This record gives sequence, C-alpha cells and structure tokens, in this order.
Amino acid sequence: MSDIRIHAGAAAGALAPREYHLAHEPHPENGTALGFWLYLMSDCLIFAALFATYGVLGRSYAAGPTGAQLFDLTLVAINTAFLLLSSITFGFAMLRKQLGDVKGTLLWLAVTGVFGLCFLGLELYEFSHLLHEGAGPQRSAFLSAFFTLVGTHGLHVTFGLIWLVVLMVQIGKHGLIPENNRRLMCLSMFWHFLDVVWIGVFTFVYLMGVL
Amino acid sequence: MSSETLSPSHWALGRLSWDVVPMAHEPIVLATFIAVVLGGLVVLAGITKFRLWGPLWRDWICSIDHKRIGIMYMILGLVMLLRGFADAVMMRLQQAMAFGDNMGYLPPHHYDQIFTAHGVIMIFFVAMPLVTGLMNYLVPLQIGARDVSFPFLNNFSFWMTTAGAVLVMVSLFLGEFSTSGWLALSNLGAQSPSTGLDYYIWALQIAGVGTTLSGINLIVTIIKMRAPGMSLMKMPVFTWTALCTNALIVASFPVLTAALVLMSLDRYVGTNFFTNELGGNPMLYVNLIWIWGHPEVYILVLPAFGVFSEVVATFSKKRLFGYTSMVYATVCITILSYLVWLHHFFTMGSGASVNTFFGITTMIISIPTGAKIFNWLFTMYKGRIRFELPMMWTVAFMVTFAIGGMTGVLLAVPPADFVLHNSLFLIAHFHNVIIGGVVFAMFAGINYWFPKAFGYKLDRTWGVRSFWLWLVGFWVAFTPLYVLGLMGVTRRANHFEDQSLQIWFVIAAIGAAMIAAGIGCFLVQLVVSFLKREQLRDWTGDPWDGRTLEWATSSPPPNYNFAFTPVVHEIDAWWDMKKHGYKRPLAGFQPIHMPANTGAGVVISGLSLVFGFALIWHMWLLAAVSFAAVVLAAIIHTFNYKRDFYIPASEVISTEEARTLQLARHV
Repeated sequence: MSDIRIHAGAAAGALAPREYHLAHEPHPENGTALGFWLYLMSDCLIFAALFATYGVLGRSYAAGPTGAQLFDLTLVAINTAFLLLSSITFGFAMLRKQLGDVKGTLLWLAVTGVFGLCFLGLELYEFSHLLHEGAGPQRSAFLSAFFTLVGTHGLHVTFGLIWLVVLMVQIGKHGLIPENNRRLMCLSMFWHFLDVVWIGVFTFVYLMGVL
Repeated sequence: MSSETLSPSHWALGRLSWDVVPMAHEPIVLATFIAVVLGGLVVLAGITKFRLWGPLWRDWICSIDHKRIGIMYMILGLVMLLRGFADAVMMRLQQAMAFGDNMGYLPPHHYDQIFTAHGVIMIFFVAMPLVTGLMNYLVPLQIGARDVSFPFLNNFSFWMTTAGAVLVMVSLFLGEFSTSGWLALSNLGAQSPSTGLDYYIWALQIAGVGTTLSGINLIVTIIKMRAPGMSLMKMPVFTWTALCTNALIVASFPVLTAALVLMSLDRYVGTNFFTNELGGNPMLYVNLIWIWGHPEVYILVLPAFGVFSEVVATFSKKRLFGYTSMVYATVCITILSYLVWLHHFFTMGSGASVNTFFGITTMIISIPTGAKIFNWLFTMYKGRIRFELPMMWTVAFMVTFAIGGMTGVLLAVPPADFVLHNSLFLIAHFHNVIIGGVVFAMFAGINYWFPKAFGYKLDRTWGVRSFWLWLVGFWVAFTPLYVLGLMGVTRRANHFEDQSLQIWFVIAAIGAAMIAAGIGCFLVQLVVSFLKREQLRDWTGDPWDGRTLEWATSSPPPNYNFAFTPVVHEIDAWWDMKKHGYKRPLAGFQPIHMPANTGAGVVISGLSLVFGFALIWHMWLLAAVSFAAVVLAAIIHTFNYKRDFYIPASEVISTEEARTLQLARHV
C-alpha cells in the first residue's frame, strides 16, 4: 500500500529524501493586527478621497460664507484637546490592561468615552450653529465638502464610542481574555487613527481655512 | 426629500406604490417576471421536496469553508452572466434593427437601462464574483493552509456581494435601473427623481463592503498563512496575482465608496459636490470614479494572468519560464495601474502636458504585459504541450489579448483618442481585453480546477464546442465594432439613420448569437459532465499532472484541506514532492483546529439589503429600523466567543483511510 503514490516519470529515490509535512499542527501567527491595519489604511483612503474633495472644492464659496467667517478656532481648539486627551486616556487603559487590571482598564476606558462624548457634543453644537446661520451643507460646494469630511470623522467617533461601550460590557463579562485583549488592541488603533485624521482636519480645514 | 410631504404613510412606504411596477405597460418585463417567478417556484419546490433546506442552510449558507464560499461565488457569477448576457443580446438585436424608419423594439429609456445594467452586472456581479471565487477556492489550497485568515468575514463578504446582486435584480421589477452608464459618468441621473441611480448606488455600496473585506482577508491569508518554507518568491504565480489584485482592491475600492457617498449626498441631502451650481464640479466625480475604475480592470485581469500562468506551465510540462520576471511584471502593473486613470477622459481638456503624461504611463503598462506574453510563449517553447481545454483557452487568450492590447496602445495616444473617444472602437477594445482576458481565463480556470472542486473532469466534446463558438463568436461580434468605431459611430446609440452601417450591426448580432450558443454549450457541458461523472471521475486528486499544492490533496479536498501541513522547498511544490518520490503519510494524524459555521453573515447581509432597499424607496422608517438592526446584529455576533472547534483525530483517520482505500482500488 505504501507505493501507491509513486508517480510514473518521477525519479523516485534518485534524489535525497526531504521532509514534506509537519508532524504537528502549526500555529500560524494571528493575522488580526495586520488585517486591522489594512482596514485602517482602506479607511484612510476614504478620508484621503474626502480630503482631496475638500482640496478641490474648499474655496468654492459660491458667494456664501467662507471658513474665515464661520470657524470659531477657540471652540475647535477645545474640541481638539478633548480628542487628544481621549487618546492619552486610552493609552492609560492599555497600560492597565497590560497589568491585567480589569477595573483600572474599565475606568480609563470610561474616561476615554466621556472625552469622546464631549468631542461629539461640541461638534454637534458647531454644526447646529452653522445650520442656524444658514451655512448648511447645501449652501456651497465648500460647505458640502466641509460637512462631509468633518461629519465622516464624527461618524467614525460615534461608532468608536458604540464599540467602546460594547467592549467594556464584554470585558466586564469575560475579563481580559485573549479575545478581548485583541479587540482592545484593535479599538486602540482605531481610536488613535481617528486622532491622526483629526489632526489633518484641524490643520487642513480649520487652520488653513481661517488663514 | 425636501419637496416631499413627510406624512406617516410616506415614512413607512416612501415612494413605493403599485405605479412603480412596470409590468403592466412593458410586455418584455412582464414575460421576464413570469419566467423568474416560475423558475423560482420550481427551485423552491425542488428544495422542499428533496428536503434540502436543512443541509443548504447548514452546509452552504452558513458555511465558512473557503472552498464552499468559492463555489458559491462562481455560481453567483455564472447566474449573473446569463442576466448580463441577455442584456447584451437585447442591445445587439436593437442595433441590428433600428435603422431609418424602424425604431427597433426598445424605447430609448429602456435601452439606456439595458446598457447600464449590462455593464454594471458584467463587471461587479459576473467578473468580480468569478475572480473572487477562484481566489477564494484556490489561494488557501495553493499555500497549504486550512482556510483563510478570517473565515467569518469571508462568508459575510460573499453574502454582501450577493445582496448587491439581488438589489440589481429587484430593479427589473420594481421601479427602474440607472440610465447613466456603468460608471454613472454622465451624472445624467444625478438630479433625476427616478430610482435608477439609487439602485446603482446601494447595490454597489453593499457589494463594495464585501469586496473590500474579502480583499483584506485574502491579503492577510497570503501574508500570514503560507505553509512553512514557502517564501514569497516560492508562491505559485496565481497566488502572487491574487496578492496584487487584493492589494489593488483594498487600495481602490475605498475611493469608489467615497465617490458614491458624495453622489448619494448630492441626491439625498442636496449637497453640491458634482452639480453645476453653487461651486460643484462634475469633473471631480469623473476623476474619483476612474481613480477606482482603472485599477478595477487590473483587479480583474491580474488573476486571469495567474490562471494562464498555472495552465501554461502544467500543460507544457515545464516550469513557468521567467518566474521572477513574471512576479515583477505583476507588481509593476499593480503600481502603474494607479498612474493612468486620466486616459479615460483625455478629451476633458486637461491640456497637452497632462495628457502626455498619462498617455506615456499608459503605454508603459504594455511593457510588463508584453513580458508576460513572452514568458508564456517561452514556457510553451520546447514544452510537451497537451491541448486540453484549459490550454486551448490559454492560446486563444494570447492571440486575442495581444490584439486587444495593441488597440489599447492605439487609444493611449491622446490625438488618436480625440477621434476614437466614446466610439464603438473603444467598446470593441475593452471587450477585446475583458472577454479575451478575463472571460477566457475564467473558462480556462473552470475547466482546469473543476475536477479539483468536484472530483470529475468536464466533458471535452461540449467544452470544445463552447470554446470555438465563443472564440469565433467573439471575433464576429466585435470586429464590426472596430470598423464602425473607425468610421465614427458612437457608443450607446439606440437608433441610426445611415443604412449603409446596418450590415456591420447585423454581423455583430450574428456573433452575439454564436456566443449565446457558446454559453449554451457550456451549460450543456456542465450537465453532460454531471451525468457522465463516473466515467470522468478522477481518483488521484491530480488529473493533469499538476505542479502546485492544490493537486497534492484529494479531489474534492477534505474540509481541512491537508491532513498535515505541507512543507515547501521549491517553487512548484507539488512537482518537487513528486520528483522526490513523496509518499502520502498514513499514520500519526492529529485533531485539526477549524473555524465553526455561523449564520451571522447572511443575517447581517440580509438586513443590509433591506436597508439599501428602504433608502432607494425613501422608506425612512424602515431604513432607520433596518440600520439599527444591522448594528445590533453585528454587536450580538461579537458576543459569540465560540468560533472554532477541533476535528477529532478519529475523523481525520477515517477520512484519510477512506482515501487510501480509494487510491489502492483505482490507481
């Protein structure tokens, strides 16, 4: 029975024998980190397209209000501070996770969530203020591009917050098991990614807008 | 939205009413609808009669096995091919008739929907599922893995793609489809109140989620899950092309997503991105859509090149000539495909220097592509060529694709493009490369790997008939379009005045009829092969004397693919194993770690389908509820921590012993 797999034409035995299979189940490296990075980069391209759109349309005011007239830099600076602080507190949560401290992790995640909520609240206030002034997304191509770029970022933060809450429940339920740690790593990357995108928005849209 | 009354019934039903069912006044649609309903009922009755609902749900719909998902992608692609081809036949018939006083049988509005649907379906729901299906089936087998990196996402991706296809099909019977071409380029519909463009947007957005996720999935699979010893430069060429294609998918589909989001905001919210007023810029859309659109054609054709590379090496009984140059050519094409998008609209008026840049980059692409053609030719040179069906498709491809490539270089010259832009010459060119490249590759691939997936070969006689009808039919159908294009006939016209042109359209219609017969022969080939499966059975798992790892396991492979993870030493791993007198291991089996099936993918996709449908019809209440349901279903899925299981060693042993007996009996 052992010779059934020898093929015609193959010079069996003429060459030195080689190992052709592993005796034990291999444990391939988990691909989640790479996969999530790739997802983030694809998301980054969505933002790139929106930034490019803003780049093309950002000065098409259609005789309407300009960024210099609309933007309240103090407000945006406070908002930026909220988001940057939330990134730091997420870092603290990750440090507690590293020590296996469930309570500390949850605490810092909650603080992160509060900063995220503050950011969203302030952004919604800004949007409603603009709408109130008649500077809605329909007013001009500039405002269409502005609302879409900033709003897409805000939507991402919203989903990040939903994810944060769900993950806190899961950590509370199962503790810091490997699955939850992996998810925490992904959410952490997602959160910092949104921070980086916001720095782009802050610079490209707000700072350059008022120049 | 603003002009509509937001009464309670509007929130629930939106603009959906009996008036939008086009059947009463469109006999063609009515007949199609009746046929679809009857066919559907027969299928459903058959499933119920043979008590297949349970197995269908457990073993297929919830399956996270990459092989089953691959097969389902192929079925989706082939079913949609019939729909897309029906559209093609309708167009050919209309254009062959509609001269002078004869207006043909399709009113212009209906004709516009048909050419739009033809393009959308053929690219997104035929070519993409077929290519993704092949990659899904083959990549894990070729790299010696048990499955993909994210098996649940794989299932989810498939069902999202299917949900997009379902939306396109629904547009046949409820409302209408887009009339603005396969890329919605003209933005003709941007302001129109009809549902056409909304069907287009949501079908593509939902399917696009699936495509992007499957791209990420396959990249990670290829990077992380290769068998020990298989360095990047020892991967099979098909896997290399799959890697590059999926990199292109991940790097280009987000741009499509963004462009479609902006277009839907223009339609739903009233923003001014692509309008002609208040600062909007329609050409921004054209740029964005082609920044995705050009890489898209390489997404389709690179795996096709991979298929031909595998086929030509196997059936010439030589290792592929110039493996390294093949890999570098593939990578070059991947990168260059991002630098040419503007050649789709040289006539936009970007100026001579911009057009020159994009003209030159376009021509440069023909260099790595030409290198590939030479590699295949040199592989055949002094090889022991067997003209089995896959090899016939490959040779037909080399001739057809080379000619299509030459007309492409011609179009890449901006002054020539000013004459040929939007003419039938362009139509002939891209069908020449897409049919000659992608479609021929899919037939080569199906004929080559069918015995791996199902355990028996496809019937040769009907395969040969299908091959010749396709090949000759293609040239009869599209050579006249080259001629007409050079005479200045533009695309997308549904009526002509100049009677002298008619003969060319009649010839093209005859070609379409031959291709129809070719598709018919392919379907007969599937049926005949199934009936003759015992004669065509392959017990060895290696019917073609193959070279890569997928041939090292049984046909069809067990759900764990390989009882032991293979160790790779050389480029053609299985050929190397055979050369060294490899013996199949008969003992020492261990439990195998596998992912578990789940219904979450089909549930979330189904809810996304409802969400898309609700948005198309402005049913805001249903849209809100279904969106919340999508989020909720996704969250519930994350609470499922039991996602894997072990196949017990006893089961592996019994499977492998059955195979040992089978081999002893038949070899």
